[in-house]
Parts: sequence; structure tokens; C-alpha cells
Amino acid sequence: MTELAVRVGGQAGDGIASIGESLARSFSRLGWHLFGLNAYQSVIRGGHVWFQARAADPRPYSQGDGADLLYALDKATVEIHAPSLRRGGSVVFDPEKFAVAESDLPAGIRAVPIPTLEIARKYTSQSILQNAGGIGALAYLAGIPLDTLHQVLADSFGKKKGEIVDWNLGASADGYRAAEKVGTPPATALRPRGSPKLLMNGNQAIALGAAAAGCKFLAQYPMTPASSIMHWMAAHSQSLGVVVKQAEDELAAIHMAIGASFAGVRSMTATSGGGFSLMVEALGMAGMTETPVVVVESQRAGPSTGLPTKTEQGDLNLMLGAGQGEFPRAILAPSHPADAYRATVQAFDLAERYQTPVLVASDLHLSENFFTVDRDEIDLHVDVPSLFVVPPNSPDYHRYQYTPDGVSPRAIPGQAGLQFVAGSDEHDEHGHLISDVKAGVPVWVTERQKMMDKRMRKLDGLMRSVPPPVLEGPASAPLTFVAWGSTIGAVRDAMVVLAAQGRPTNLLRFPAVYPIDPTAARTAFSATRRTLLVEANYSGQFGRLLRAELGVEVSDRLLKYDGEPFFPHEIVAKALDVMQHGGQ
Amino acid sequence: MADSSARPLPSDAGPSLPIVGKSDTKPTWCPGCGDFGVVAAIEMAVKRLKLPSQNVVIVSGIGCSSNLPHFLSSYGFHGIHGRSLPVAEGIRWANHGLTVIGTGGDGDGFGIGAGHFVHAMRRNVDLTYVTMDNQIYGLTTGQASPTSTMGAKTKSTPNGVIEQPIDPIALALASGATYVARGFSGDVKQLADLVAGGIQHRGFSFVDVFSPCVTYNKINTFDFFRQRVYKLESAGHNPADPVAAWQRALEWGDKIPIGLFYSVDRPTYEDLEEVLSAGPLAHQPAGLRSGDAVLDEFV
Repeated sequence: MTELAVRVGGQAGDGIASIGESLARSFSRLGWHLFGLNAYQSVIRGGHVWFQARAADPRPYSQGDGADLLYALDKATVEIHAPSLRRGGSVVFDPEKFAVAESDLPAGIRAVPIPTLEIARKYTSQSILQNAGGIGALAYLAGIPLDTLHQVLADSFGKKKGEIVDWNLGASADGYRAAEKVGTPPATALRPRGSPKLLMNGNQAIALGAAAAGCKFLAQYPMTPASSIMHWMAAHSQSLGVVVKQAEDELAAIHMAIGASFAGVRSMTATSGGGFSLMVEALGMAGMTETPVVVVESQRAGPSTGLPTKTEQGDLNLMLGAGQGEFPRAILAPSHPADAYRATVQAFDLAERYQTPVLVASDLHLSENFFTVDRDEIDLHVDVPSLFVVPPNSPDYHRYQYTPDGVSPRAIPGQAGLQFVAGSDEHDEHGHLISDVKAGVPVWVTERQKMMDKRMRKLDGLMRSVPPPVLEGPASAPLTFVAWGSTIGAVRDAMVVLAAQGRPTNLLRFPAVYPIDPTAARTAFSATRRTLLVEANYSGQFGRLLRAELGVEVSDRLLKYDGEPFFPHEIVAKALDVMQHGGQ
Repeated sequence: MADSSARPLPSDAGPSLPIVGKSDTKPTWCPGCGDFGVVAAIEMAVKRLKLPSQNVVIVSGIGCSSNLPHFLSSYGFHGIHGRSLPVAEGIRWANHGLTVIGTGGDGDGFGIGAGHFVHAMRRNVDLTYVTMDNQIYGLTTGQASPTSTMGAKTKSTPNGVIEQPIDPIALALASGATYVARGFSGDVKQLADLVAGGIQHRGFSFVDVFSPCVTYNKINTFDFFRQRVYKLESAGHNPADPVAAWQRALEWGDKIPIGLFYSVDRPTYEDLEEVLSAGPLAHQPAGLRSGDAVLDEFV
């Protein structure tokens, strides 16, 4: 495996994320697949934040373990991150700000002093320009050609012209040259590799998928880590023709989306666990009124406010059980932006076909970190069938007609002669309430049961329509990882490490966590020898679901709930323990 | 600017389109309930405006009054408690060619749904919101509501309410509603005028209606209001004058004003949302307008 990981650390407000994104984009322009980790805190200024861009072959799906280059904007960054550096690596710092003695660094790590502040003063009194010198030095050490970096920096200023762009180009060139004099690139420094990749985070992929799927209305309330779905869509509202509404709360957001969907527009809302908790009642209303809606739930570490900027897969039970009573739903759980794009497109299709809520389960790790995507992984051409399928003035039209598959023909307000009332109360085929004067009267008792059966029949169709579990890796392996969502990334990277050690493993992943077709899933499990569930929550929620739905018990579990993503080495260690010593 | 011609005007209705009337579902309200007068007034208003059934959506929450959409022949959305307005807003934004009317009670609108009420008004969404305000929770058999009078004894307040009631008219004025009216279900003719005026008004129209609960509210009865209400239009009130509107809104006691408090022209949310200038969203083509260029920023 070839890899190079570059890390930048400092305080919130130092511009760490933009340095990191520029580096990541330079790698992706050179044709490298990469993973960009944006580690931050719930503060606007201060604290400690860092970004890591890790380019690798084979394609990396996680932040990996360790780094090669570190640009430290403060002394704390050196203390926190130098121990993670691999031999041959370097620490870039400005000696005017603090001293770094090579003797204080791990063996084989070089100290590379770059006068970033002095360089900045050549151009301006604004100290933020120091970052340009630092990024230039890093680019040299990483093997990024200066013109590639300059193009990325120039593009990052967009249409802005003038001295600020010139200063950045000048200062980064100065930093590049300073590093040429005092630094030595590690042996793993990058060489240009091929045509540029696309660089995006999970939220951008979700928003893009929604737009491609014909979503014309997004209502949302700000909540980390879902907010950037709204930001991206709002920035593209005009060009894509999508109305973006920041609602007064999550209650309003989902109700607006359901209202817009009722009136014939593909609609979405997005939130994290706290906001989703507020949406729970409306989810059931969408189920009861049979109104499609796509809800993105980007999980963060709970309970309650929890760790707003840290990741977890702790909301699965909530998503499975959200809403009183029973109604059909599907939960798609992408692991990667290319996957998130496809899952979002599919969520709109399923929601509309089955006229019920469909959840896209993301988490902070997928939503806010950067991944490369090959252009052919994003198919922008999505078939969006017309909603106006019932001829106007159809005699005997019943909005909630009993059908074999439970899907009844939808009429859209504005269509003549098909008027009906969508009711959150139980209703008959016409939509007439059977909740008040009819409730408990024998003939209507039967109708209630028939209507429940009709709605729940849609779950059978959903089960056949959602993507089935996928076995990755060698068909026969002594150990099978079981994973869903973003955790799959670190598992894949761990499998590469294990394979290199002569320890083949495979992965049974679930692109849809609900509903699970028991026949397909049991068949998949029957081919496994020993299973290791890797899940980012305390109780192994997906393991519980497998037990409940399939009667399958995983042999071993690796659970993590410290807010940090899984690191491949943690999974490797657990897998080796299980394979060598039988695990727990 | 939004395409205001997308909105069906009475003259567009044509003779062939059935206009809104009664549905085949009979109201289940208690005999004598004030809400009968409200549904009659809404029916009169939409008939007068010759609104075709297919182009009207009545949206409600939960409560006795929220059953109203079932009793008319238009489209309806009978959602959950307190959330009629965000559903109604979503419908308007999806298709601003539709006439959207929100209906519900005082608990639905001013209690559990108070946040949505305030925000829908400040947005000036072009819809009409009619509240059947009976100052009590009826469907749950008689608890205090946000508009119950101080001292009112209810099942949940056996010693009397100890909170000030919400003043819906003052709240609407403070929140930026551009058409603020109060009706009385004992005066269906005036109420129909107020609702029709609200539907014709471009912007958020709020019509609060004294709609007595004959079963659970023994204070705010039909007689209570008949003895106290007077009509603003007969009292020389100028609805274009915001200060006068506030003065009238604060009147309560032996004399209680009904009629149009305030009306002002202001751009609607739909006017200001640029994406809607290309026509109703529901009729805009699906798929990416920008084609593959949307990926350029990710390179």
C-alpha cells in the first residue's frame, strides 16, 4: 500500500479547514484517491482543531493510522500529533511563534522551520497570510507541484481577484522554496497519478443526489452535522431550481416538506438526532397519510446534546422506532459520498413509489469528511416519473384504495375531480375518517384492520426494493466483518492491512438497514464462519436488529462510543485477537 | 417576482369546473357548535369567489374544529396537532397556483402551534388562516386553552385559570400578518366577507373567529358575544391605520370589536422567492437544470 497523510493543526479560527481542503484538492487534482478528516470542536474560536488529507493506493476509505507531514500552527499541535508521525516525516512550524527541537520529536522525524509570518509580512499586515507560506512548504514536502497548488488556491478564491489572490500565490511560492532549502520530502511523497477525482463530503453528495432526483424543496433547521446540506442547496438554489427553506424548528421543517410533497413536489428535510426526535410525530403522519418524504438523519454522539461535533451510530434504534403505531419505512445507510449520492436518489424513488417516509442514515463522519469520487460513480441522469398518473375526473377514484401491493394511486391537488382529504386519523379507502362516530362499530373495525394491512403490505415491496446485503472480499474467510454506514470505511481499510499480513477477511455490509429481507440476509450469514460486528454505539444496536429480524447472533463485537471514528488499527487488533485467541 | 397569474382567478374558473361546496360527509360537531357557522361562512366565501374545488386545499391540525376539511369538496390535509401551518406553507410553496386555507382551533394554533403561527405571519405566506376560537379544549373534554379567560374553571383548572390569555389579534399584528380580522360565528354573513377578503388578500390573512363551545365553555357563550361585539366597519375604523388597529386590538370587556382590524400590501414570501418566478414548483421540470456542470466545483 502506498499512502501519504498530511495533517494541519491549530486553533479554531486559524483557517485549518481551508488549508486542509486546499491540500486535499491538490491531491485529488493529481488523480489520487483520498480521505480528508475534518476534526473540530463546538467552538468558533480557540480549542484544538485539525484536518488530515490522506492519499493512498488502494483507495482509502478512512483517515487511516498515523501521518507523514504535520503543519503545526501552535505548540499544542506538535504535542498532540507528533507521536502519530511515521519515520521520514516532518513537522512544519514557524520558529518566530514557538520552537520545535528535533530531539523532542519521535525518532526519524524532521523539524522544518519555515518563516511563515516573515513571509506574510512581505505582502500584508494580516497574519492569516502565514497559512499560505505553511501550505506552500507542505506542498513541497508532499510532492504537490507548485502550479497545481496555485491553481487550487486561485480557484478557492472563486471570482475574487486582486491583491489577496496575489499575496496567497506569492507567499505560498515563498513557503515552497523555503522548504526546498531546509526540508526533505518523505519517500512516500506523491507523484501525479491520473485524471482528477471529484472531492466532496457526504452532505454535498446527499444534496447533489437530492437535486438530481428531482427534489425541488428542502426545509431544514440548522443542526450539526446536517447543516451543510442546507448550505450547499441554498448556494445552488437558483441554478438548480430548488426552494430552500430554513424553518423555525424541525417540527416545521418536516411538516413543510410533507406539505410540499402532498402538493406534488419531491421534498426532503435533514437533521441530526435531536432534530429528528422532534420530527418523530410527523414521520408517522407521513406514513398514515401515505405522503412521500425523504429525511436525512446525520447522527452525532448523543444522548441529548451529546458531542455536537463528534460521530456516532447511536440513533439506529430511534430511526427504527420513530413514531407511534406502525407504518412502513425504509432506512438506507450509505458509507461513502458516492454511495450517499446513490442512496439519496434511491430514497426519493422509494418514498414516491411506496408513498411513505424513507430515511437516509448518515453520521458526522460521512457527512462532514471529504472523500474522492470517480466521475463515473455519479450518474446525474435520473428518471423522475410524472406524478400525474390518475386521469382527471376518474369515476370511483379512491385515494386509499385497497391494492395487492398496498400502493394506492395518488392524486395531486390541482387535478380535477379527484379531491380527497389526507387524514392523520384512521380512514377508509376514500380518506373518510373512521376514528370518531365509526370507531369500534364492527364493520369499521374490519376496515381499520384492512387499512393497516394495506399500508403494511408496502413493507414487502420496500424489502424487495432496497439494496440487499453485500459480501465484499474473498468469498471464504475465517472472519467476516459485519457493518453498516460510515463504519464500513475503516473496516475496508483494516481489511487491506490484514490482507497484507496474510490474514484474509471479508465484510458483510448492509446498504439498507431496514427492512432486511430475511431470506437474503440469512443466506449471506450462512456463508460466514465467524462474524465481528463493528458499530459506533454502546449497545450494538444493529446487532440487536439482526437478532430480532433474522435470529442471527454475531460472534464478536467491536463497539466504540468515544465520539471518534474507528481507526483501522483498532479493527485490525480486534480481528487478530478474535482470529488468534478467540476474542472475548 | 412570482407569476401571480398562476393563481386561478375567479374569472378563470370557467363554467365547467365545479366550485367548492359541501362534501358528502356531515359534520360531527355537537348540535349548536359555533363551528357550523364557520364552515358555512367558508363555503359562502369560496362560492362567492367561484374557486374550483380542485384548486383549493384546506389544511388543519387536530381538535373539534380541525375536522372541517372533511366537510367541504376541496382537497384537504388533516394533519397532526398544532402543525397545520407548516403543512399549508409547504403546499403553497410547492404550488402557488393553489388557494390554501388553514383551519383549526385556539389550542391547535395558539398553544401547541404558537411558534408556527408567529413565523408564518412574519413570512407573509399567501394563505388564509381561520381559527375557531372557543377558549377551551373541546375534543379532550374541557381543559383550559391559551385563550381561556383568567379565572375560568375547567377540568384542568378547577380553581380557575391563573395565566393571562393570548390575544390572537395583537399577536398577529406584532408578528407581521398583513390581513388581521376577527369574526363571530353568530354572524355568518360578516364572517364570510372577512374570509373572502382574506382569500383575496395577497399575503398572510388571519381571521380569528369567536366560535362558542356549547358543551364545555359556559362563560364565552353565543349570548356573551352577542351582548358585547360591535362591528369595526360601523365604527369608522380605518384598517389601513396600524395604530388604530392596535388600539382596537386591545379593546376587551363590555365592547369587543369584530371585523377587519388591519390590512396592508406587502410582497408575499412567494413573490420574494426567486425560484418560484419560473412558475409553480409542482409544474417545473424535474432533473438538473445545469447538467453536468454541477460537478465542476468538486474537481
